[in-house]
Amino acid sequence: MKPLTLTIKGGADKDGRADAVNEVEIVSGEIIGIVGPTGSGKSTLIADIEQFAQGDTPSGRSILIDGEEPEPTLRTDPRKKLVAQLSQNMHFLADMSVEDFLRMHAKSRGKNGDTANKVVELANTLTGEPINPGHPLTILSGGQSRALMTADIAVISDSPIVLIDEIENAGIKKKEALHLLAGEGKIVVVVTHDPMLALMASRRIVMKNGGMTKVISTTDQEHRVFLDIEKVDGWLTTLRETIRRGEVVVA
Amino acid sequence: MKMVVTAGTPGSGKTSVLMHVIRDLKRVGVKPALVKIDCLWTEDDTRFKRLDVPVAVGLSRDMCPDHYAIYNVEEMLDWAAEQNADVLLNETAGLCLRCAPYPDSCLAVCVIDVTTGPNTPLKVGPLLTTADAVVTTKGDLVSQAEREVFRERILEANPRCRIIEANGLSGKGSAELADLIRGWSDISGEMVLRHNPPLGVCTLCTGELRVAKDHHRGVLRHIDGFMEYTGE
Repeated sequence: MKPLTLTIKGGADKDGRADAVNEVEIVSGEIIGIVGPTGSGKSTLIADIEQFAQGDTPSGRSILIDGEEPEPTLRTDPRKKLVAQLSQNMHFLADMSVEDFLRMHAKSRGKNGDTANKVVELANTLTGEPINPGHPLTILSGGQSRALMTADIAVISDSPIVLIDEIENAGIKKKEALHLLAGEGKIVVVVTHDPMLALMASRRIVMKNGGMTKVISTTDQEHRVFLDIEKVDGWLTTLRETIRRGEVVVA
Repeated sequence: MKMVVTAGTPGSGKTSVLMHVIRDLKRVGVKPALVKIDCLWTEDDTRFKRLDVPVAVGLSRDMCPDHYAIYNVEEMLDWAAEQNADVLLNETAGLCLRCAPYPDSCLAVCVIDVTTGPNTPLKVGPLLTTADAVVTTKGDLVSQAEREVFRERILEANPRCRIIEANGLSGKGSAELADLIRGWSDISGEMVLRHNPPLGVCTLCTGELRVAKDHHRGVLRHIDGFMEYTGE
């Protein structure tokens, strides 16, 4: 994958005041967080990036690729799209089987339909109850849907920029999912309230009242805290699995 | 004068998208006038009037709303000219999927709700297949993959159309549609519909209430697909 630079040019907050951060540059291979209270504009910033805003969204921000305004087809044609997005809305409404849906999605991205089976296989490594390709999409649980979309992004969308909106509420293995999505040399932008995910990122953009207020680089001290959280998280995951399997936890 | 005909199923977001488009047009000095066509009742005109643009309402009542819209095109254009408008925006009632109220030289816009599922583009018929632009709404409620599958289905039904992903609440996509309107040619010459309306006259339209087959006349289609003409 060709390395690229994503630039966010500041716009304005909900009251029309200019973003305190007027430019953020992100290069391939970086994981960057977006943090802030609910309603602070995190999802709006993600939406600006997803559609390569050119001062034509309510925030007035612009997105540049390698320092230049992206050509219009990059904004709309899924075959050329540079962005894959895992959003908060994970309930499928499509009245189709898992396999038909994935085949159609592969077609829309100009990929071979046979990748559908690979997506299901990969999704089943992230979720407790396996997904059956013949099942209707609409009966998948929240966790299964998220696992399927994560695998879809890794296999079918396979874009150099990945946007993730609050993966922690998903009921899937979050660290594995993030590693799968980050792949090799991608730009990953992750909206999160989760300390582990936030500190896994090398920097984080802080949002308030719709505006970008500052960018914090993860400190060495924060990195040490991250290693502690990782241990705690591993322990919690083991406990969760034990309880799920219907076994008794021992001290 | 440019003419934009906007159609789409009820609740798909036609009015919300048009409200953002009106703001965008006014911002760049284009003067729109809007005619809202509905069947029995509407209060959309009060929403549009807040934007300080000329607004007129037509209620079709006993007449087919699309036929009513088509029949009154000249009056609507004359009215828009009296308002010194540059663009006539016509929002149709958007009910019948058999018909498409698009004259050839207008900009035909079909608004369609992504949450209705990816089979919808195949069901909508000429409303979508003869449109110049297809505006998808409520895409924020589904995943990116589902939006892309929906888009693929639209292109299967209408390969030549321009697809605009819009959001009636945030205003996403409206600037793109406003640009398309500004670049569209003015209407000229005798206008012709892009698609033929349904066949013949319907006995129900003339007031028949009885259900039994004996009471129906015209070009009729049986549930097994057999078609016949009954009448004089």
